[in-house]
Amino acid sequence: VDELILMREEQLGILLSLLFYKMLGFLRHPLVVTADINLNVVALTGVGLLSRLWRLTYPRAVVFDEVYYGQYISFYMKRIFFLDDSGPPFGHMLLALGGYLGGFDGNFLWNRIGAEYSSNVPVWSLRLLPALAGAFLVPMAYQIVLELNFSHCAAMGAALLVLIENALITQSRLILLESVLIFFNLLSVLSYLKFSNLQKHSPFSPSWWFWLMLTGVACSCAVGIKYMGVFTYLLVLSIAAVHAWHLIGDQTLSNVCVFCHLLARTVALLIIPILTYLLFFYVHLILLYRSGPHDQIMSSAFQASLEGGLARITRGQPLEVAYGSQVTLRSVFGKPMPCWLHSHQNTYPMIYENGRGSSHQQQVTCYPFKDVNNWWIVKDPGRHQLVVGNPPRPIRHGDIVQLVHGMTTRLLNTHDVAAPLSPHSQEVSCYIDYNISMPAQNLWRLEIVNRESDTDVWKTIMSEVRFVHVNTSAILKLSGAHLPDWGFRQLEVVGEKLSRGFHESMVWNVEEHRYGKSQEQKERELELHSPTQVDISRNLSFMARFSELQWRMLTLRTDDSEHKYSSTPLEWVTLDTNIAYWLHPRTSAQIHLLGNITIWASASLAMVTYALLFFWYLLRRRRSIRDLPEDCWLRWVLAGALCCGGWAVNYLPFFMMEKTLFLYHYLPALTFQIILLPVVLQHVNDHLCRSQLQRSVFSALVVAWYSSACHVFNTLRPLTYGDTPLSPSELRALRWRDSWDILIRKY
Amino acid sequence: MLCDTSRLLPAGAATTLPAQPRSRGSALRCRRRELHFPGHPALPFCDFLAAQLTRPSFPPGRRVILRRGRMPPVMGGSLAGSERRARRGRCGPQAARAVGPDVAAEDAARSPKRLVQGSRRFKAAGGWALLAVVTLLSFATRFHRLDEPPHICWDETHFGKMGSYYINRTFFFDVHPPLGKMLIGLAGYLSGYDGTFLFQKPGDKYEHHSYMGMRGFCAFLGSWLIPFAYLTVLEVSKSLPAALLTAALLTFDTGCLTLSQYILLDPILMFFIMAAMLSMVKYNSCTDRPFSASWWFWLSLTGISLAGALGVKFVGLFIILQVGLNTISDLWHLFGDLSLSLVTMGKHLIARILCLIVLPLALYMAIFAVHFIVLNKSGPGDGFFSSAFQARLSGNNLHNASIPEHLAYGSVITVKNLRMASGYLHSHRHLYPEGIGARQQQVTTYLHKDYNNLWIVKKHNTNSDPLDPSLPVEFVRHGDIIRLEHKETSRNLHSHYHEAPLTRKHYQVTGYGINGTGDSNDFWRIEVVNRKFGNRIKVLRSRIRLIHLVTGCVLGSSGKVLPKWGWEQLEVTCTPYLKETLNSIWNVEDHFNPKLPNISLDVLKPSFPEILLESHMVMLRGNNGLKPKDNDFTSKPWHWPINYQGLRFSGINDTDFRVYLLGNPVVWWLNLLSIALYLLTGSFTAVALQRGVHLPAEVEDPGLSQVLLRGGGQALLGWVLHYFPFFLMGRILYFHHYFPAMLFSSMLTGILWDTLLRLCAWRLAPSSLARGIHVGGILSLLLGTAYSFYLFHPLAYGMVGPLAQNPLSPMAGLRWLESWDF
Repeated sequence: VDELILMREEQLGILLSLLFYKMLGFLRHPLVVTADINLNVVALTGVGLLSRLWRLTYPRAVVFDEVYYGQYISFYMKRIFFLDDSGPPFGHMLLALGGYLGGFDGNFLWNRIGAEYSSNVPVWSLRLLPALAGAFLVPMAYQIVLELNFSHCAAMGAALLVLIENALITQSRLILLESVLIFFNLLSVLSYLKFSNLQKHSPFSPSWWFWLMLTGVACSCAVGIKYMGVFTYLLVLSIAAVHAWHLIGDQTLSNVCVFCHLLARTVALLIIPILTYLLFFYVHLILLYRSGPHDQIMSSAFQASLEGGLARITRGQPLEVAYGSQVTLRSVFGKPMPCWLHSHQNTYPMIYENGRGSSHQQQVTCYPFKDVNNWWIVKDPGRHQLVVGNPPRPIRHGDIVQLVHGMTTRLLNTHDVAAPLSPHSQEVSCYIDYNISMPAQNLWRLEIVNRESDTDVWKTIMSEVRFVHVNTSAILKLSGAHLPDWGFRQLEVVGEKLSRGFHESMVWNVEEHRYGKSQEQKERELELHSPTQVDISRNLSFMARFSELQWRMLTLRTDDSEHKYSSTPLEWVTLDTNIAYWLHPRTSAQIHLLGNITIWASASLAMVTYALLFFWYLLRRRRSIRDLPEDCWLRWVLAGALCCGGWAVNYLPFFMMEKTLFLYHYLPALTFQIILLPVVLQHVNDHLCRSQLQRSVFSALVVAWYSSACHVFNTLRPLTYGDTPLSPSELRALRWRDSWDILIRKY
Repeated sequence: MLCDTSRLLPAGAATTLPAQPRSRGSALRCRRRELHFPGHPALPFCDFLAAQLTRPSFPPGRRVILRRGRMPPVMGGSLAGSERRARRGRCGPQAARAVGPDVAAEDAARSPKRLVQGSRRFKAAGGWALLAVVTLLSFATRFHRLDEPPHICWDETHFGKMGSYYINRTFFFDVHPPLGKMLIGLAGYLSGYDGTFLFQKPGDKYEHHSYMGMRGFCAFLGSWLIPFAYLTVLEVSKSLPAALLTAALLTFDTGCLTLSQYILLDPILMFFIMAAMLSMVKYNSCTDRPFSASWWFWLSLTGISLAGALGVKFVGLFIILQVGLNTISDLWHLFGDLSLSLVTMGKHLIARILCLIVLPLALYMAIFAVHFIVLNKSGPGDGFFSSAFQARLSGNNLHNASIPEHLAYGSVITVKNLRMASGYLHSHRHLYPEGIGARQQQVTTYLHKDYNNLWIVKKHNTNSDPLDPSLPVEFVRHGDIIRLEHKETSRNLHSHYHEAPLTRKHYQVTGYGINGTGDSNDFWRIEVVNRKFGNRIKVLRSRIRLIHLVTGCVLGSSGKVLPKWGWEQLEVTCTPYLKETLNSIWNVEDHFNPKLPNISLDVLKPSFPEILLESHMVMLRGNNGLKPKDNDFTSKPWHWPINYQGLRFSGINDTDFRVYLLGNPVVWWLNLLSIALYLLTGSFTAVALQRGVHLPAEVEDPGLSQVLLRGGGQALLGWVLHYFPFFLMGRILYFHHYFPAMLFSSMLTGILWDTLLRLCAWRLAPSSLARGIHVGGILSLLLGTAYSFYLFHPLAYGMVGPLAQNPLSPMAGLRWLESWDF
């Protein structure tokens, strides 16, 4: 048997060394870097930088969504925790990096578009990173077309088109995230193409590894900026999957070799992105350690992990809730707003507006602000004491308790009376004995929802508990409805009898907690007014904080507000809409997000041409008529899969989104479309123009068309850079479409 | 990838085929037999041939051979063929042992020809008998205690009520297409229900009203699901045990049972879905005889079932998608077959267009035609539809009405928002509450007809009575500045720079002024969309916008429901965004002006396509409007496959008769396990094939890998298509939405376990244990589900007595999940 095991181990060792040998074989040789410089790329980068960085600090005022991203930059500078549901934190962090490099202290009030920046705002460095990302799009477009194995001319064409696209320029010159998103989208595509071109000749070489890893990292960066990046990631993944599938079918490779290939891809394209994504959140949470305005949305445990805020209050509270503890109970659900179980002197009105009657006992509500009336005392039904014994008797899952309202000393009660706004549920009140046939029913069974098997003690902040009414088995629940005026518009709390399973609105946790010491009511009231303090800090693990933050970000619902410049996806393709970004306070100089309409139209046309040609070739190939040589066809298919696919995945999902949409959401899709354009032109030139004459004519047409695009760029340039005041008649002349909203001052 | 079978069929397979024309009789017999009792290994060769013939699509290479027929006349002429025969000779009896439930078949395979024929007939009869047993069992379980409880359960209150509407011919509105409710109505009508029961709320007793006809009809359709699933699995897997397992899973599932026993749309929907699936599979197996009678029959039956499915609920779109994908891949294969001329290809294409697009579409429209013809009386659904539509309904005030054509000053009008289901401009003697804008009179939109919808058109600068007979009639023209005075309260339509109650970026609209005297904020410019200035304004037909003169905003309805203080009517705002959306476009509906001549409204009657389009828009909006409220207990799609939470059909307390819609957990969790297992084995097989690994003959020969990939793939696709789209839906979801997907996953389970057990058996062959494993495995699965059904049957058939927490309850100990509530 021992021998067998030994053999096993030996085999395993051999296998591992084989894998190592296969996959990391390049380490046996010295790493050599040879650089050859393509002057085209250098030149393109140069003009790209020029077009994006020219007069970057102008206008020195808040432009459009800078007002939105700016406040998050300030939060980063001040290390204050915030929650933004628009996307993961990487994009915000990049922008904040610009602020950090420029020495921004975060002191600027981002409240109004058009407000002048004060002198402490480093506008140039704040705008630098998006502008750089935008500038690099130009050489990257060149590289992508080259890697798709199309000609150098086509590649130049793609780069020059990206260079003169007005909307891309506008969007990259401001503190906005689209250009960074597009940068990482293209980077992931480019590095995947580099990788797959290396696959044939030098698998597992250093550069092969480099591009493969870069693909994964770029993908997760794109996802880390906006959730939309997920779609490009999926596109790259599916193309990689198809390639891998061919690899599996390649019977010239050994099984071990195929396994190595698959393993490498899994690591680089699945595991690395996940780790990188987690890293973003890790850095985000490390950076933001102070409590801030968005704390309330998070759970008590999360809040306690931030510096200041709740942590300052709850620091050092006793952990285990005991009989006699004074607690505040927060609803875990937190919708429609976070609130605490509350009661006050006022009673339910005798008769409601709709004629139903109530118990006329003391109101119990959920109150979204901290208040002394949020304090409750947990009481043992068997004793009269309201103080914690010595030693404290902790409360466990399944124990029966009474909840005494601290300020009024009345007991939490529910009974078979319809609740004010949810008539199917029971009313919850603090019991007042009117000496009529309505006995007190104030016993509650404590159920700890998230108990682990061994420790079922009720803990502050950590335990999520339900209160089950002993007599009626109703469960204490936040119904979410706002009470009318008599209830001071606080939230209704009911006893839910038809409990259909678990729901977060029935779950509460203890937030503030202290052991009650005074038996007398007066002293107790004083005690309740004084703040809690003791000193230990409890920290959540990173994964717990990450999952809570991510979950809140995904589920946070902001009211979809209408916007003057919002548009529908259908309007984007035809550029039926624009966005006015900024207007000079005195002159009529203004910045608009407005595309180069020649490029938009021809890019869409090119895509339609591509689709028609593709299906034509496909059908003919199915009938064994091969118009294109095999390698040419494969190249054609790959270009289409990447560019049309890239367009589709970045555009079509918007039709299913319910949030407010703007023209700039279309830019990632547009970039892919633009890259397809020269590919189609080259194809038409190479394969559809039969004679030399036709080719010359076609080239002439292409040149004419490109110069018209340049002309359009130049005409719209004042609206892109916003540097020239225009007269009303000039502005009117620029309004080529009735639907464009160009601002004309009335004098 | 999955369709590329050419590699899977070794040369030997091709050699067997040309035998077909020569020994025609035997081949035909094989095929006939295969229809009822396929996959039986009595004659392994025939069986193999049959399996090949009925495979959904031929690889092109083989078809060429078949046509040209240049292969040796006798099978096994080539070396490869003889090898294959030898191997098959070895494995045939094993196969028989593994599959055959009756040993007689195996013996028969070796006995003289007469005996073979006899046993074949015997088996055909056996096949029919099994089908009959399955069907009978299904009917028996569905009809058992159908009359209980004799009160309304859950959604019966809706669909029963809608059935009654058909009987009473009153117009109503529902978010689903009409076929299902029409059939319920018809069933009720035929069984003597008179449509007088009110179907007010769940729990109401039926008393003397006849409800069994409607429930019986639903149970009847629901019972057919099981034979359909049985036949479908039989067709794709050619394996009796797989089909039996599927049938058992569905028969013994308490959820399917419960859902089939009440007046609901789901049994009808699922009936059509399964019928479409079955006929699609059947027609796929007719590929070798295109344009034969059975081919046409199954193809058109597919189309008819699709129309039925879509006619019941829009969920029918998913099965249409599945059939569509299947058809595209089918056509793609035909197109790649170079031996077929383009003309033949065209015929194929046209046949599919006819049967799968034109026919269903025609039927679907016919359903709506019947719906509109039957429902010709005004009813609760009127307000959802446009003015022109309402003119068709007798009893509606627009029916046969005649009103003045052009709007004039002094006219009394109602103004309707053009957005579907948005209602009339309305005001009433209630003020906006404190803190919400200015404390002035509320203006809302209201779906129902009411005196408070009436407004008087007045000139903005004079308050003289325009109805004074001495004055000439003055028409309102495009671009005029007018004032709208609320007739009941004499307040003017007014707006100002206060934020609207719900849509904070819009301005508030109120009723202002005393007896028609207000201020300049009451002035509105009336504009007709797409008309020139100076045109008169036509009643009903002109699409008008009202632009507030002072603020420049447009009167619109945001479509949001106001809280209690606004009587849950819809919010009216003045939007500063001048985009032309239907929210801000209105038309004049009722129009009273004694000084003007009336014209008949018959000219307005919409054509059938317009009605069709409008009703679809309304349904779509209705569906989108079914949003879950913030704090509701909503069912999430991820709850469903794990059977997380049931749905209470009837009864709460221990004294009530309780019915709880919950899947049989044994069946559902087995299904869940099977999907995971299938993904594992399926991808394993696919990778092996792609790597070019030679699978052992036991797997390759009976086409197990093909059954797994194709048949299982079909079922998996069905499950995916019927399940995952729900994750994208914003509307409120219920547990019962999962049941169509559950049917598909049960089929997958049947196919998977049969295949897995066979593989196990062959691994252990040739010991006698092998067959035992297969039969024993299938039997234990059958018995296991049957036993679990015995345990859980009170959920479906109803239970009285203490709740499950109570140890005295019959269901004690069966509440395996906290979230189950029975």
